[in-house]
Amino acid sequence: MNSNWLNYYWRLYRTNLKVSIMDQIQYRASGMIWMIGGVLEPTIYLIVWSTVAEANGGSVGGFTAREFAAYYIVLLLINHLTFSWLMQVFQFRIQYGELSYDLLRPVHPIHKDITDNIAYKIVQMTIMIPAMITLIVLFDPLFNFQLDNTLLAIPVIILAFAVRFLLEWSLALVAFWTTRVTAINNTYFAISMFLSGRIAPIALLPLWLQPVAETLPFYYFIAFPAEVLLGRLDASSIGSGIGHLVIWLAMAILLLNFCWKRGVKAFSAVGG
Amino acid sequence: MFKLVKVYLKIGVLNELAYRANFWIQLFESILAIATSLGMVAIVFSKTENLAGWQHSELICLLGIYFVVLGSINFVIAPSLNKFMQEIVSGELDFTLTKPRDAQLLVSIQQFQIWKVIDILLGLAILAWGLNSQITTTSWIDGLMFGISLLCAGAIVYSFWMILATLAFWFIRIENITQIFWAMYIAGRWPIGIYPSWLKWLLTLVVPIAFAVTVPAEAVSGKLPTETLVLAVIMTAALLFISRRFWLFGLKHYRGASA
Repeated sequence: MNSNWLNYYWRLYRTNLKVSIMDQIQYRASGMIWMIGGVLEPTIYLIVWSTVAEANGGSVGGFTAREFAAYYIVLLLINHLTFSWLMQVFQFRIQYGELSYDLLRPVHPIHKDITDNIAYKIVQMTIMIPAMITLIVLFDPLFNFQLDNTLLAIPVIILAFAVRFLLEWSLALVAFWTTRVTAINNTYFAISMFLSGRIAPIALLPLWLQPVAETLPFYYFIAFPAEVLLGRLDASSIGSGIGHLVIWLAMAILLLNFCWKRGVKAFSAVGG
Repeated sequence: MFKLVKVYLKIGVLNELAYRANFWIQLFESILAIATSLGMVAIVFSKTENLAGWQHSELICLLGIYFVVLGSINFVIAPSLNKFMQEIVSGELDFTLTKPRDAQLLVSIQQFQIWKVIDILLGLAILAWGLNSQITTTSWIDGLMFGISLLCAGAIVYSFWMILATLAFWFIRIENITQIFWAMYIAGRWPIGIYPSWLKWLLTLVVPIAFAVTVPAEAVSGKLPTETLVLAVIMTAALLFISRRFWLFGLKHYRGASA
């Protein structure tokens, strides 16, 4: 029984992944355009903070210009690996009735979203890797990779992806109850900009904001895995970060089940 | 021409008044975007007093101009030209072309998103606030230079969008290309001078964000060299000319939806 179940999901994921990759290879050109913004944003902050570091005699908040370069290049990669676009698209699924078809399938629609997301990331790596190499050549980052940190970063990134994906999938379900999703999404993105380490590394935030960032999940989705990989954290910070991720994972799973059950009940299909 | 603008503006107002809740949504989103930008600048200036020669108050002025230009694009340029690009695909452009007025004017003012005026007004308010907290007073010459550079900014941004939109005569799925503009526009939240030279050139000549935001901000802070203003005027004239010629060329190439 148990091995049948595993076998079923293995085949489901393998097939979906293959189809998704084929599907998304068609849209490489528009994917490239979307990537311009994705790459430019961390590059801008990299330049801004390098300028500040140099004006302050070479370093600010424990970062030199070359360390900012390393931080933002790794941040670009981590954000790419853990991001999802669910909150932007879920309202269209509901408004156009696409969800009705997904509900007819014998598996939870989240599985297709997971494979679509992974497929997109695999396809986009063909743009992401050259972009990162270009940034490395242009900004001469100071990397301090060590084997243990790098190995530790892999499960941390996977965990961060899982939590971010499940949480954003749950929040996307707000679209079941309101059509004004964009305002909610933009608030989420604005808070995330400050607290995830994208505007500035957490150490450079105002002192009153740092404990907020360390409590909410945003930091653990992006900057925390980056800092683990870069070797900027001591053992206790890493342990506490992983602890936060595990707690948020449990909360995200509970939230997802709770919202999904109620949302589907509230959902009356358009044209159905 | 002004009568025509008035008519289209009136249609835009009437359309939007049917959805009054959109006003509050737009107000909320504009305030959120401005607060994010101001917070971002405040964090940077909590660690330094001077960013490549710019004071905190001068960057607040720059952000004000950033939102004024953003609002202006979204007020009429982007909605009108996006509609034009869709009309090439759907064939509705033929109706516009039969009208007895200049077609470029018609496609450029055919759609107003009136609530985007909030971005313009809040941008002006931020600009006034930034000016008020500047130590140096702005002379009337700075004011004049600011006026000229802001006019140039508007004309340059419009011409640039017009060139992109005209490409739709040849490439159907060109709408994506305006996404490149939006992706690069975020670079305008900081003075172009901080960027390395390759990016500076890209943002000056390829996507003219330097002229759209940084140059007017330099003028209002009294740090705009006269040569740069002259360059902006030349650039404006050149882009207006090129975009007009390109439009006429594209129109000649266009054979209509039924052909």
